Amino acid sequence: MCLAIPAQIEKMEDKTATVVLAGSRTNVSLALVPEAKLGDWVLVHAGYALTILDPQEARETYELLAQIEVDEEEVKRASTAWTQEEKKT
Amino acid sequence: MADSSTTEQSMRDLMEQYYGRIAQLSVGLARGGRNIQIMEVCGTHTMAIARSGMRQRLPKNLRLVSGPGCPVCVTDQSYMDQAVWLADAKGFAPPIIATYGDMVRVPGRVGSLGEARARGAAIEVVYSADQAVELAQRTPGRQVVFLAVGFETTAPGTALAVMRAKAQGLDNFSCLVAHKLVLPAMRVLLSDPDLQLDAFLCPGHVSVILGYDAYAPIVEQYRRPCVVAGFDALQVAKGVVVILEQLAGGKLEATSVYPAVSAGGNAAARELLAEVFEVTDARWRAIGTIPGSGLSLRGDYAAFDAARRFSVPEMESYELPGCRCGDVICGRTLPEECKLFGRRCTPLDPVGPCMVSSEGACAAAYKYGGFRFGRASAGRGDKQP
Repeated sequence: MCLAIPAQIEKMEDKTATVVLAGSRTNVSLALVPEAKLGDWVLVHAGYALTILDPQEARETYELLAQIEVDEEEVKRASTAWTQEEKKT
Repeated sequence: MADSSTTEQSMRDLMEQYYGRIAQLSVGLARGGRNIQIMEVCGTHTMAIARSGMRQRLPKNLRLVSGPGCPVCVTDQSYMDQAVWLADAKGFAPPIIATYGDMVRVPGRVGSLGEARARGAAIEVVYSADQAVELAQRTPGRQVVFLAVGFETTAPGTALAVMRAKAQGLDNFSCLVAHKLVLPAMRVLLSDPDLQLDAFLCPGHVSVILGYDAYAPIVEQYRRPCVVAGFDALQVAKGVVVILEQLAGGKLEATSVYPAVSAGGNAAARELLAEVFEVTDARWRAIGTIPGSGLSLRGDYAAFDAARRFSVPEMESYELPGCRCGDVICGRTLPEECKLFGRRCTPLDPVGPCMVSSEGACAAAYKYGGFRFGRASAGRGDKQP
């Protein structure tokens, strides 16, 4: 239940970041990593970033994840999107 | 960057190096008459160990045991019955139960949540707490109860979701909270004279939040190594090497082989948890109530507690008839030693949570076999039908 996946921050708006996870662009909450910057690699779990990663380590972890057999439910849970606040009109 | 075949080869080579080092260190420890037991407390480790066939490669005097690391498996039966009670909603407007998929098939006294769904209850599978909040937004006038289980990795998600529900003034969202803290359970297991654990392989992503220094008081008090490892077999093997080096006369210390984990962990995440939750006593399957091992909603956030909102009655703890999941999650019994295993209890028709959950020890043993290895009395024949 605790699987987390590395992803790079492509875009940032307030406390939400856009990252690529499991092949698609997903938004994740940065509430737990307030110091995160554009381009940082973060470790993502269930819609939020748990920590900032060293870029080299993140890439290695990412490759490793691609090679091992991981439960599909686990991947879905780890890579689920943070639902953004509805924009006030 | 190396192509994948080179990477695979180098990973295999590295794994062989670790196996070699483990064999070498274990011989040294065997001379001291020590039979080594290392417990992992992480469902991801359970799966990585089983999948890699690691147990078959370990020396006879070294045993890897699975501990209470699967959130669904450690969840007490009383909680499952409360969830089904809410789903059945006798005498009140039925809420939608939003839950992680693994919880749906855990049997309770009056069946599982899946069976409640067959009776007409609304059970929705979600992948995050936030999706449950979103569900509540989409269904105004209908209560949504999120089944908040999991350790320190998942609890911040619940905290964020509850904060968001509060900020938006959502009055149809609540959580039935059974979040668990890993450290108090580790202490209980170390105090069990029947278990005789020599070390803990600590969970990677729980420790991203806690930091590896959090294990230092356990190392100090019980004189047992606590080493954090990442999610794959290479990390587990590396963690075992470091544990054996410590046992073989190295300095006993809390440390990590997983670079994502720092000594101090994520303080912002812990502050957020402290804002929304307070530490409370919690019931664990088979272990019973462990003081200070759970979380409950605090202060203003307590309004989002489903137990309070629906006046959920206290329910009894009990063991499922014939099921030995309780002994399995404490490392006292191997999955294959349960009479139901592979016969009455299979992934298709599970009796206990360790077979239900994709990361339960019984599900891992059924899928990959190999749990018998590492126990001196056991031979081959680990292949499951």
